Amino acid sequence: MKARVHVMLKQGVLDPQGEAVRHALGSLGFDGVEGVRQGKVIELDLADGTSEATVGEMCEKLLANTVIESYRIEML
Amino acid sequence: MKTAVIVFPGSNCDRDMAVAFEAAGCDVEMVWHKDTALPQGIDMVGVPGGFSFGDYLRCGAIAANSPICRAVVAHAEAGGYVLGVCNGFQVLAETGLLPGALLRNAGIKYICRTVGLRVEGESVYTQGYKAGEEIALPIAHHDGNYFADAATLDTLEAENRVAFRYTDNPNGSARDIAGILSPNRRVLGMMPHPERAADAAHGNTDGARLFAHLTGVLQGA
Repeated sequence: MKARVHVMLKQGVLDPQGEAVRHALGSLGFDGVEGVRQGKVIELDLADGTSEATVGEMCEKLLANTVIESYRIEML
Repeated sequence: MKTAVIVFPGSNCDRDMAVAFEAAGCDVEMVWHKDTALPQGIDMVGVPGGFSFGDYLRCGAIAANSPICRAVVAHAEAGGYVLGVCNGFQVLAETGLLPGALLRNAGIKYICRTVGLRVEGESVYTQGYKAGEEIALPIAHHDGNYFADAATLDTLEAENRVAFRYTDNPNGSARDIAGILSPNRRVLGMMPHPERAADAAHGNTDGARLFAHLTGVLQGA
């Protein structure tokens, strides 16, 4: 089984990389991009029966820094 | 004073930090990240700058979960001294020994230059400076933009735990913060590199004074 974890900077935390991407899109002529937030996706190959709660623990302990990041788990 | 300097794969300021501690009269042992315990009788742990574990996942995140870091956290919780510089500050923030986090620099660029700092919070590390004194130290980082929520920042300031502030904020850090202290003032995390300004040959000795007073303070304790 697999799980996919989406990690994003929390709202209100400055994302200078997202901002740079927004600028670059603008200079490529894509008007109307009002905001870009950049995050990461982590795919986990898991032993069968691994619970979403265990993946949540992985996020809390390592995969996300909850001071600045939020996460969302997708069990696949 | 017995000092341990932690070495992670990717640390690159570990030897400079050891030299600065030694110049101040400390006995230094280098400790590998896979060790599970600090050597006996350690007073001070130095967590050096560099790119531990290639900055994979987040700067300092993998190092903060390495075996030796459990011992470093226990040392700090028992009242031991810990100095984290640059990547070392990022590691200490990731362990939770210091509040907040270090984000990507607001201007996105890696910054490597000497910056002005104002010395503030009282601690063994700042004894060699006058309160409010302006000094210059080099910075070299991509992720030094200090972030914490407003309540945490207010607490740091109310408790006089901001050790160093940038005089001209280079990286977007909240309230110009360059270095902070733990509640017991024995753990210091800072982005600037005192060990790179600790010898006449460096062209700047403002950092040497941070190390110079440690031995006296700890032997008197």
